[in-house]
Amino acid sequence: MHRTWAIVEREMRRFSKSPMMIVMSMIFPLLQLVVLGYAFGGNVKHLKLAIVDQDHGVPAVKVRELASAVSSGARTVDLLDYTDSGQALTDLRNGVVNGVLTIPPDFSRRVLTNNEPRVALISDNTDTFVSASLGATVGGFISQLNAPETPVRVVGGAGLDIVEVYPYVPYIQYLLPGSITMSIFMMVMIGGGIIFIDDKARGLHEGYLVTPITKLELVAGFNISGTIKAVLAGAAITIIGSMIAGVPSPLDPIRLLRMMLVISVTAFALISLMFLLMVRVSDPLMPRMMFGLLNTVLYFPSGAVYPQQGFPGWMHAIAVVDPFTYSVHAFKSLLLKNTGFGAIAGDVTYLLIFSIVAMTAATMLFKRTL
Amino acid sequence: MNAIEVHDIVKTFGDFTAVNGVSFDVKDGEIFGLLGPNGAGKSTLIRMMVTLLLPTRGTATINGFDVVKKADDVRRSIGVIPQAMTSDLELSVYENLLIFAKLYGVAREKRNALIAELLNAVELTQWADKPVKNLSGGMRRRVEIARGLVHEPRVFFLDEPTTGLDPVSRTAVWDMLRRIKSQRDLTVLITTHYMDEADKLCDRIAIVDHGTLVALDSPEALKASIPGRDPATVSLDDVFVHYTGRDLRDALQEPSAADSPFMIRR
Repeated sequence: MHRTWAIVEREMRRFSKSPMMIVMSMIFPLLQLVVLGYAFGGNVKHLKLAIVDQDHGVPAVKVRELASAVSSGARTVDLLDYTDSGQALTDLRNGVVNGVLTIPPDFSRRVLTNNEPRVALISDNTDTFVSASLGATVGGFISQLNAPETPVRVVGGAGLDIVEVYPYVPYIQYLLPGSITMSIFMMVMIGGGIIFIDDKARGLHEGYLVTPITKLELVAGFNISGTIKAVLAGAAITIIGSMIAGVPSPLDPIRLLRMMLVISVTAFALISLMFLLMVRVSDPLMPRMMFGLLNTVLYFPSGAVYPQQGFPGWMHAIAVVDPFTYSVHAFKSLLLKNTGFGAIAGDVTYLLIFSIVAMTAATMLFKRTL
Repeated sequence: MNAIEVHDIVKTFGDFTAVNGVSFDVKDGEIFGLLGPNGAGKSTLIRMMVTLLLPTRGTATINGFDVVKKADDVRRSIGVIPQAMTSDLELSVYENLLIFAKLYGVAREKRNALIAELLNAVELTQWADKPVKNLSGGMRRRVEIARGLVHEPRVFFLDEPTTGLDPVSRTAVWDMLRRIKSQRDLTVLITTHYMDEADKLCDRIAIVDHGTLVALDSPEALKASIPGRDPATVSLDDVFVHYTGRDLRDALQEPSAADSPFMIRR
């Protein structure tokens, strides 16, 4: 076992002389957290809505007033008046406006005679987020138009009260668990995989192989040192990321302790996976190519950016074996819900079993000769 | 007693036979030179003896240990300086030696004294705390020599230790090897392209060509073996050309991963 610690000592001495490595492993996940968190987390605003009023009656004016209220209040839409519906549609196709609300000539007459009055929203559905947001906004103020002027005293229909268990979770906080896992993965790839293959290509491993070190001691040495490096990166981004994302009580010691446990088993699982994939590789290009591939295959199916319930079957299958899934779930439980150990026990157990299986396979595949 | 015994050893890579039935013995305390043109099979031969490659056929024993059956015993009893520089450039001279002392299981109480003695022997004591990346090529080679001896091996393998060094550094490396050899019970097997140095240093020389052993004797005896020439006027270069021929050895080789432009240079 003393040879394993010699490998760990060597790797850590090298790591301490390359502080840029930890910085590099944190820059991408932090940038991703901030950019994606703010890009996807905000409400859609200032959508350009063309209004073609072909009616000009009092109910039509009311529709315009309700639209103006949204425009000056929530600012979801900016209103643009058109007299020519053909021009409005041309501008919609050219992207000048995002939707066209047409109030037909007989709208007021139909409102007054209770004869199914209708307005039309023509939207650019090439952008589903924008068209859905416009539909919801216009639908909202049209339903206000239909509301009775005097509220009904006794409501006969069933109602729904929604109770949220946790305080509002902004999207940037929702992304943080994935960003922590990503920083661990980055360090595993940069400080583990790439350095491992580069050292192998430069012949440094020949130095190890002529000593009496065993395969297990060597693989364990690389795995332990890789885990320590990745834990440092994960711990740093947990604290910095929590502060950026506004997680309440980011330095809560009990939660930090549980976070360290999950960071450690995640780091061990990912470094074991990486060595399993790299154990027979000698081309320095390979880990760099696999970096992007693994990033996509492991990160996106994990539920880090989108709920897994929306995935097709084949992506569910990846998510079931993906160690990112369990890591992200455990981090979400701790950071967003501040749960106890019971909520993360399954994740920790899976990650540990995954680590042992991957490390055993890597040791068996490791070649003791050139 | 023989420190190294190689018997009818063969190594093939697919259809290509790199070493073809080589046999020789190296006596205890001897300095044994292995010469041959590029691609002759010298490095493959050394790699089999130091357990980095498994022989396809034949046997080799080092200090009485079979390289296949008793590989760990072989590893404990040998020091190896591979052709490539394998010291860690980021670490200091001392750290490189310390890590390898630990890998070889050198007792804690012996480590520092041994490292100090070796640094003194290779004249690097004042550079002990400097990162290896700041040292010249010759100094880096001396670090490797000290590193290879940190566990007091009985047999020392050096694969082209002076290649790429200027004449002054080369001479320094050879002088150090001679001095270290005189102070220790050490058998040395060395490959080199520098015939004059092999002539001065080696007790016996083996010439390998196309994977086979074409000559093996003392430098004097090899010179005397050239027909029709006065041994006093024959150099080891003449011996080398006599046994290996004058044809250029054009040979393809696998591209090295170390040549990749994507590798992180340290």
